[in-house]
Amino acid sequence: MLNAIWAFMILLAVIYAACTGHMSEVTNAALDSAGEAISLCLTMAGVVALWMGLMEIAKRAGLIEKLTRGISPFLTFLFPRIPKNHPAREYIAANIIANILGLGWACTPAGLKAMEELANLEAERGNPEYANVKNERGKKQEKSGNQTDKNYDRKASGGRRASNEMCNFLILNISSLQLIPVNMIAYRSQYGSANPTSIIAPAIAATLFSSIMAVIYCKWKDRGGVGR
Amino acid sequence: MNALAHISDILIPILIFFIVGYGYVSKVKVYESFLDGAKDGLKIVVDIVPTLVGLMMAVGMLRASGFFDLLGKLLGPITEKVGLPAQLMPLLVVKLFSASAATGLVLDIFKNSGPDSYAGTLTSILMSCTETVFYTMSVYFLAAKVTKTRYTLAGALLATLAGTVASVVLTAMLVT
Repeated sequence: MLNAIWAFMILLAVIYAACTGHMSEVTNAALDSAGEAISLCLTMAGVVALWMGLMEIAKRAGLIEKLTRGISPFLTFLFPRIPKNHPAREYIAANIIANILGLGWACTPAGLKAMEELANLEAERGNPEYANVKNERGKKQEKSGNQTDKNYDRKASGGRRASNEMCNFLILNISSLQLIPVNMIAYRSQYGSANPTSIIAPAIAATLFSSIMAVIYCKWKDRGGVGR
Repeated sequence: MNALAHISDILIPILIFFIVGYGYVSKVKVYESFLDGAKDGLKIVVDIVPTLVGLMMAVGMLRASGFFDLLGKLLGPITEKVGLPAQLMPLLVVKLFSASAATGLVLDIFKNSGPDSYAGTLTSILMSCTETVFYTMSVYFLAAKVTKTRYTLAGALLATLAGTVASVVLTAMLVT
């Protein structure tokens, strides 16, 4: 899916630019964006390292467990087939809470960890596509991964299908239940709005609506059980 | 209202204070835990770098080619009838791919029409209700090394559409 979209974007950009004479702009944009992506990653690396560090403290202190228990009924409703004590639940909980509080970058690390744990869950369920997921990390640390190993990895991970939990988690994440749109309020006051916070109530209503639609859709897609 | 705008300034230091304080009081080796977590975080970012380069390159090229402007011109007259100004069309498309590119367009709209105008209010609500679909999908699925994304895209687009419809309706109620 992403392969097709990406190829379509690139091809369309070049063809359209050729037709309208924007080729030099596209050249610059391609190079600039690649550079921009790296500087974004550098900023991101710092922020992600910071939040993952704090999250590790919170985890070892039992804080995340407490939070997870707090929204446990909600999690059970959304992800009925994740075992109660599975680490994926904790990370999903942390991600949802960071999302609601509008902590921006803080949601991403927890979300990525949640996806990794959901992959582990698939491996535990005996899904053959995920069979090598457990030792991927270990292999990386050994740094020895010889050529045949790598090829195998690529082949095996080439056709991995998302589990229902992954799809549902991502759809929910994208529908982003946010309480206070902090950035928007800041931009609005920067550009001289008479009442920058007037959008809070409608924003909550809109985000609630999109999230409810997301939940309904996920529940409908998920109705048949494991679904493969 | 300024207090609210400053919430983000206060929220994060308090959160950090609370986590470190709570960890220390519950006798967790806070510094070592932090280092372990940070190391994990860096590994994740390194995995994401290629995705970001690929995605931002594609969006940057599309924007520079002028395709987004064409889209706005073509769809504008139709969408204006349902309350979506043509001005917002590029934003709606870019928002699917990149939050930072979308922010640039948002600031443009605020500058040209003012944040309290119809377009400005709609933009504010719109940007508050959904995430960037393709960016989130590619980064998150990469973490699980998944390539077949099944119904995720359809669901994400549905949620985005729902958010857009809700924003238009709410803005019409708010700004007359």
